[in-house]
Amino acid sequence: MKLRIYAIAYLIFLYAPIFLLPLFAFNDATIIAFPLSGFTTEWFGKLAETTALHAAVKNSLIIALATAILSTLLGMCAARAGAMSRFPGKGGILGFVMLPLVLPEIIVAVSLLVVMRQILGLNLSNGTIIAAHVLICTPFSIAILNGAFQNLDPAMEEAALDLGESRWSAFRLVTLPLVMPGIISSMLIAFTISLDEFIIAFFLTGANPTMPVYIWGLLRFPGNLPIVMALGTLLVALSIILLTIAEILRRRGIARAGGTDKGGFL
Amino acid sequence: MAGTHNLTGEQKRAIWLVAPPFIYAVLLLAVPLFAIILFSFWTQDFMTVDRTFTFNNYREIMDKPIYGSLLKRSIFVSATVTMVTVVLAYPVAYFVSFKVHPSRKSLWLFLITIPFWTSYLIRVFLWKVILGYNGVINSGLLGIGIIDEPLTFILYNVNAVIITLAHAFAPFAILPIFVALEKIDRSLLEASQDLGESKFRTFFRVTLPLSMPGLVAAVLIVFIPTIGDYVTPELMGGAGGKLIANMIQLQFLQLNNAPLGSAIAIVAMLSVTAISLVFILLNRRWLRGRS
Repeated sequence: MKLRIYAIAYLIFLYAPIFLLPLFAFNDATIIAFPLSGFTTEWFGKLAETTALHAAVKNSLIIALATAILSTLLGMCAARAGAMSRFPGKGGILGFVMLPLVLPEIIVAVSLLVVMRQILGLNLSNGTIIAAHVLICTPFSIAILNGAFQNLDPAMEEAALDLGESRWSAFRLVTLPLVMPGIISSMLIAFTISLDEFIIAFFLTGANPTMPVYIWGLLRFPGNLPIVMALGTLLVALSIILLTIAEILRRRGIARAGGTDKGGFL
Repeated sequence: MAGTHNLTGEQKRAIWLVAPPFIYAVLLLAVPLFAIILFSFWTQDFMTVDRTFTFNNYREIMDKPIYGSLLKRSIFVSATVTMVTVVLAYPVAYFVSFKVHPSRKSLWLFLITIPFWTSYLIRVFLWKVILGYNGVINSGLLGIGIIDEPLTFILYNVNAVIITLAHAFAPFAILPIFVALEKIDRSLLEASQDLGESKFRTFFRVTLPLSMPGLVAAVLIVFIPTIGDYVTPELMGGAGGKLIANMIQLQFLQLNNAPLGSAIAIVAMLSVTAISLVFILLNRRWLRGRS
C-alpha cells in the first residue's frame, strides 16, 4: 500500500510540468507565473498567425516522416536478422547498431557536424538532420520490432514456402501482415522522437530551422512564452495521441504473433 | 569473410539482412567518431584547419583550469542525477513488477513513459516555472506560510540542473530495472521466506542481487547520456551551472574551433566511459564476493 502511494506520487512528479502547460496556454497574461489572471484563447490564435512557425513545423514534419520510414526499414532488417539463426559476429553487429541509444547525443551531433561540414563540405539541410535522426531512431525501431519478429513462429513462413510461394511472397503474404502493427508502432515512435529532437537538430540545422530549434529561439524572448505554452499544449496532445495508437498497435502485434506482452518499448 | 561457404542458407540471408543497418551505423557513427578523434589532433588556424598532428588541444584542456572544473562539475551532476534517478526509480519498478496485476503492467509502463516522449525543450522550460522566483513551489510555500520570502537556491544553479535532469531521465531508469525484476523466479523468494528469512532480508539477499543487471543498465543509461546535455544547464544552470556540454557547443557553434571542441568531446566521453567501466568492475566484484 505504501508502495502504491509512492508510485502514484512519483507519477505526479513525472506529470507535474505537463499539467502546467494548458494552465499557462489559456492564461490571460504574458508572464508565465502564478497567480493565473484569466481565460483566453488569444495565444492559440497567435500560433495560427505566425508564418515562421508554420515553415518550421512543415520542415519538422518532413524530417519526421522520412526518419520514421527509413529507421523502420533499417529496424525491420535488423530485427528480422536478430530473430534468425546465429551467424558469426551477430551479437557484436546488433550491439553496435544499438549503440546510439546510450551515446550522449552531443557526441553524435558534433561528429556528424565535422563529417558533413569539414570533411564532405556539404551544406546543412533537412537531409543532414534526417541522416542523424535515422541513426538515433533505428535502435528504438529495432527494440519495438524485436517484439514482433521474435514471437513469430518460423513454421508459418516455412509452410508458405512448402506450398510453393517464393521467399519474398511468403514474407509479404505471411510475415508482413503479422508484424504490421509493430511496423506502424515503430514508425510512430520514430516520428515522435524526430519531431521532438533538439540537441542534434540544433547542430545540423541549415537555413530552415526545425520546430524545436524555432521553439529554442522563442524561449529567449519572454513576450513569446505564452505562444510557446500554447504550442506545447498542442504538441503534448499530439504526442499522447500518437503514442497511444503506437502502444495499442504494439500490443496487438505481439498478440497477433502469438506472444505474451512483456511490457514497455525498451 | 573467411569461411562464408560454411554458412547455412539462413545464416547467409541473416547477414544480408543485417548489412544495411550495420553499414548505415558504420558510415554515420563509426566514421564520424573516427573523424572527431582525428580532428582533435589538428588545430584551428583562423578560418582553416591546420592538419599537422599535435597534442595542443589536449594540452590546452590540461592547462586551462576552466575545462577541468567544467568536467568535474559535469561528472558530479551526472553522478548525482544517476543516483537520485535510480534510487527514486527502483521502488516504482519494484511496485509495477511485484504488486501490479499482470494485465495492468503495460498500462503503468505506458503512463511512466508518456512524459518522456513529450516536448523536451518545453518540459525543461516548465521546470523554470515550477522552481522560479514566482514559481509553483515558492508561491505555494509562501501561500501556506512555511517561508517568508521566495527560495532562491532552487533556480539558476546546479541544484536546478540536477532536479530537471532527474525528471527527464526517470523512465530510462525504471524500464531496465523493471525488466530485470520481471525475470526473477518468484519461487526463489518463496523459498527464502520458507527458510525463515524475513521479507526485508529476502529483499536484500535475493531480490536486490538478482536485479543487479537491471540496476547496472539503469545507471549506465542515465549516467552516460546526461553528460551530453546542454539544454538543461543552459536554461536552468545560470552562470554557475554551466557544464562541459555547453563548452563543446560553444566551441563548435560560436567560437568556430572544431578541433578543440572535438578534443573536449573526446575527453568528456573517455571520462564517462572510464567511470562506467570502474563501476561495472566494482559491481562484478561485489556480486562475486557475495556468492
